[in-house]
Amino acid sequence: MRRLSDFDIPGGGDGLADTARLEPLSEARKGFAGVIVQVRTPETAGGLGGAEIERRLLEMGFVEDAPVEIVHEGLFGRDPIAIKLADRTVALRRREACSVMVRAAAAPVR
Amino acid sequence: MSAADLAPATRTEVETRRLRVALAGVPNCGKTALFNALTGSRQKVANYAGVTVERKEGAAIAPDGARLAILDLPGTYSLRARSPDEVVTRDAVLGQLAGETPPDVIVCVADATSLRVALRLVLELKATGRPLVLALNMIDIAARQGLDIDVEGLSRDLGAPIISTVATRRRGIDVLIAAVQAAARTASTPSNWHEPSSGEIRALHREAERLIKAHVKPPKRPDTWTGRLDSVLLHPVAGLLVLFVLMFFMFQAVFFCAKPLNDVMTDGFNWLALGVGHVLPDGLIKSFICDGLIAGVGSVIVFLPQILVLFLFIILLEDVGYMARAAFLMDKIMGGAGLHGRAFIPLLSSHACAIPGIMATRVIDQKRDRLTTILVAPLTTCSARIPVYTLIISAFVPNHQLFGWVSEQGLVMLGLYSLGITSALAVAFVIRKVFWRGASEPFLMELPAYKMPDPLNVARLVWQRGEIFLRRAGTIILSMMMLVWALSQVPLAPPGAKDPAIDYSFAGIIGHALQPLLAPIGFSWQMSVALIPGMAAREVAVGALGTVYAVSGGGDNTAALATTLASHWSLASALAFLAWYVFAPQCASTLGVVKRETNSWKWPAILFLYMTALAYIAAFITYRVALALGAG
Repeated sequence: MRRLSDFDIPGGGDGLADTARLEPLSEARKGFAGVIVQVRTPETAGGLGGAEIERRLLEMGFVEDAPVEIVHEGLFGRDPIAIKLADRTVALRRREACSVMVRAAAAPVR
Repeated sequence: MSAADLAPATRTEVETRRLRVALAGVPNCGKTALFNALTGSRQKVANYAGVTVERKEGAAIAPDGARLAILDLPGTYSLRARSPDEVVTRDAVLGQLAGETPPDVIVCVADATSLRVALRLVLELKATGRPLVLALNMIDIAARQGLDIDVEGLSRDLGAPIISTVATRRRGIDVLIAAVQAAARTASTPSNWHEPSSGEIRALHREAERLIKAHVKPPKRPDTWTGRLDSVLLHPVAGLLVLFVLMFFMFQAVFFCAKPLNDVMTDGFNWLALGVGHVLPDGLIKSFICDGLIAGVGSVIVFLPQILVLFLFIILLEDVGYMARAAFLMDKIMGGAGLHGRAFIPLLSSHACAIPGIMATRVIDQKRDRLTTILVAPLTTCSARIPVYTLIISAFVPNHQLFGWVSEQGLVMLGLYSLGITSALAVAFVIRKVFWRGASEPFLMELPAYKMPDPLNVARLVWQRGEIFLRRAGTIILSMMMLVWALSQVPLAPPGAKDPAIDYSFAGIIGHALQPLLAPIGFSWQMSVALIPGMAAREVAVGALGTVYAVSGGGDNTAALATTLASHWSLASALAFLAWYVFAPQCASTLGVVKRETNSWKWPAILFLYMTALAYIAAFITYRVALALGAG
């Protein structure tokens, strides 16, 4: 599992309290609602190379500031997950979702 | 292609020759429906030169009578090509596709209710410098949701004409054509498209977001049906249950809905053979027409209704938007076998025919995931096995009903289907664990909003599939039936021979030569003979058995053939034959399409060898176990 320290989280303007609420989308449960803070994959991730996965996530609409909500989970290992992403619903595996850092909305549903 | 086509289009050329229009768009935007609305029945399905991507072209007729050539490109989120389909889209849009005339105008189709990713694609397409028209499709659904789009403002900001369309109701089509004709009069500018970096993708997204903020007010009554349906259909437990019930009904429908149609067609062919038999004098020609032509091809074509019913289900599920849900539900199960969730669609299609199934693996981007799917797809129960299974089952399984409504024959069929999919997953697992250890393709898939199916669209797609099957049946199978008839007739038996004539023919010689190899799995020489023409396509084995037994004194329809088989084969042999057909690579077309898709003879060779080995082992075990249980 990847840790928060793997991410180069921009510090400007964000206090420590805000940073602490950041988590990878892969850790969130059904009902989670929040906003994407950062999409970034280390070069070594997956079989494709991180840059490629990052670009695919971006192309599917996983961009910074996009609102996200986990609306469905699979049966086995709660995987894959279905994400309500702005005006669409997109499915992905938790393995890829760990590249998407999110911050919970003010009042988390969870 | 003439030199004039390659030169940049000038005004007069555009006006004198047919306008070429390329349809682009993200998946699920209604692009195919718009293509159908534009071209009606004036369409042609083929392949792009040199690659195996399906090429759909059609002609649209403008209100002024001019004809436009419309090219339906594969759906894509970006011009950054990652799969063969997307390479075609990129090269066609950039005018770099070998053997294709560059399009005069690009029509980007967008789902009006989901504009963000579509607008990003539009911005990317604009960079190609070609005249662009945006078709704002499904505008009726957007209106119902109270989505307020300032079309004029958006068009001005975007620098491209925007036409609202409802493809399924053929609304806005003439206006779209007129806009395309007008756009064609503007000159192309040189392309400054290049593969965008992640930073540039973000910038395009920001621009799309800005356009939406400025010109689109969010829906007042967002679609709640999709969410409500998904709370059941994507429920971890209920969703899987619904999926399995759907699959169960799909198979039951294939066997029950199609049966009356089959009976009519079977009777028709029998009547035809009988009629022709009365007219023609006895001899080689009568034998050729009745036993070779009518009996052989007839027993194959009568299975068309089943194929149509199955494709009706597959295409309907696709059109409604359920297919992506099925992939979501199956992803973990498929992933457990080392397959991508998207492999579910090619594998489900393979249940109709491995050829489109293998071609559908193009939706899987990464080569290894795709190859694994290609290698296991022929193990799923394709419709060509149905004639073989149906024949053997009707000959050896009693037609009883369990609990008054579940057919025993249907249960055996379901068992064979399960065996096919289970072995496909098992082989995929072995390939992944033994040969290709490592990470696989990311699973990233849009779950489109549900929509009512468009009957005309579904009917057209089902018919296209039926036509492809018939063309296959009409060419490969017919020629193979001629060959098997000739093999089983030539050379003629010597005068006064006591054995059946086929014993002296080439088929007999080959069958006898193979028989020692196949004796341990319980195959008679007739069965061995049927395997040889059965290489043309699995269903040919039925016709071949029909020919072999008709020639040596059997009947000329499947019912009579079943009776003949029941009296000639032991139950153990019949079961071994079924087991053989679950695994054996009895289809030259599959090997051919694998060669084309992988661009190498290595993969079809591997496919042939491993499937033959599995088939032999499975038939051997089945035969020996059945013998031990007293089914000899």
